[in-house]
Amino acid sequence: MSTAVQTSLPRGILYQALLLGGFTLLAAALLAVADRVTREPIALRHAEDLNASLSQVMPSDIHDNDLAADPLTLTDAAGAPVLVYRALREGQVTGVAYQVIGNGYAGEITLILALDAEGHVLGTRVLAHKETPGLGDKIEAAKNDWILAFKGRSLGDPPAERWGVKKDGGTFDQFSGATITPRAVVRAIKGGLEFFAANQTELLAPPR
Amino acid sequence: MTDAAKPQPATDWGRITRDGLWGNNVILAQALALCPTLAVTSTATNGLGMGLATTAVLVLSNLLVSLLRGVITPEVRIPIYIVLIATLVTLVDLGLNAYAHELHKVLGLFIALIVVNCAILGRAESFASKNPAAASALDGLAIGLGFTLVLVVLGGVREVIGSGTLFAGAAQLLGSSFGFLELHLIPNYRGFLLAILPPGGFLALGFLLAGKRLIDARAAANRRRQASAEPVLS
Repeated sequence: MSTAVQTSLPRGILYQALLLGGFTLLAAALLAVADRVTREPIALRHAEDLNASLSQVMPSDIHDNDLAADPLTLTDAAGAPVLVYRALREGQVTGVAYQVIGNGYAGEITLILALDAEGHVLGTRVLAHKETPGLGDKIEAAKNDWILAFKGRSLGDPPAERWGVKKDGGTFDQFSGATITPRAVVRAIKGGLEFFAANQTELLAPPR
Repeated sequence: MTDAAKPQPATDWGRITRDGLWGNNVILAQALALCPTLAVTSTATNGLGMGLATTAVLVLSNLLVSLLRGVITPEVRIPIYIVLIATLVTLVDLGLNAYAHELHKVLGLFIALIVVNCAILGRAESFASKNPAAASALDGLAIGLGFTLVLVVLGGVREVIGSGTLFAGAAQLLGSSFGFLELHLIPNYRGFLLAILPPGGFLALGFLLAGKRLIDARAAANRRRQASAEPVLS
């Protein structure tokens, strides 16, 4: 095998070690600087994403506050913390939004769910998922309007035993070839509605 | 491969381009980078996104490796290339996330996959470490575009058979002015799941590989026939 790289510098083991160490140090330094420089813009972008997704599910005419400001932290039935964003109008809670998580075909599906003060779904969107492209990704509002079917639903509408996909005797459509994904989304939203029912007082208490 | 110590022949730009796009195509000829290839090509748009992101990294990594080829010793070259490529990809990832966030949302998944694309290390090792910077950058571009081409074709075939659409989601990747690319070819198509799942990727790739062999064999037979007719051409 021919070696293409020729150098006039001494090629002892110390040189090799210093070379490799030097490159690694340089790379680490570059990455540290890049992380520092981009940390703030990336955090800003994520905040914008949060605001954008909140404004997608929360109608703007029911609140006069900054949705992302002053979120409330509650714990769900499993003991995990839930960050609740509140829509306020004249100091009264008119709606709440929080993330719910479903177990999809290929990992967690994160959704944002917004409810009005009576517990009706104002809107819900998928924030992140790893479902099969072309199959399970129809849960994204950009690809299919399936997710819009939840608007106006509540824990009693449809009744509890019909809160499922059609294959399980429920109300909601599944996709051809993908049942696990919509089933996970339906369950996650139902779980979110149950969370609302269990924590209604705290959720609707006007902020101090 | 030629020894770099010898005087280098003039760079054959046309040959580098042809090799990258077809003759020495990463997927069709070298059968490298099959993991990201099969993973992302469920639609033509995904293939295009992965291809373009990979091309950008390939050009940069080839350029960098070529410029540093006098400093890096053969004994430690592989770990250094890996550090360089991983750093580059991470920088691109951070930069896109901070300053081109919409694009990052679409490409984010692919960018992380580029680090494990062995084709990039392969080009650094077999081309950029032995050739001058401009030729290496062109090689990166040609190889990257050849990769993109195969990814788009593979994604397109799987998408049309699997879901009856072509370039679905292109507006999200390229901006709304590219919405015209999104075609719904077969109305009320029920979908053919196999084509979208990994086995469909293997099948489609198999047909593509066979197709290249067929075309190359035809071309070689043509050349032989011409050569026997006109013995001037060797």
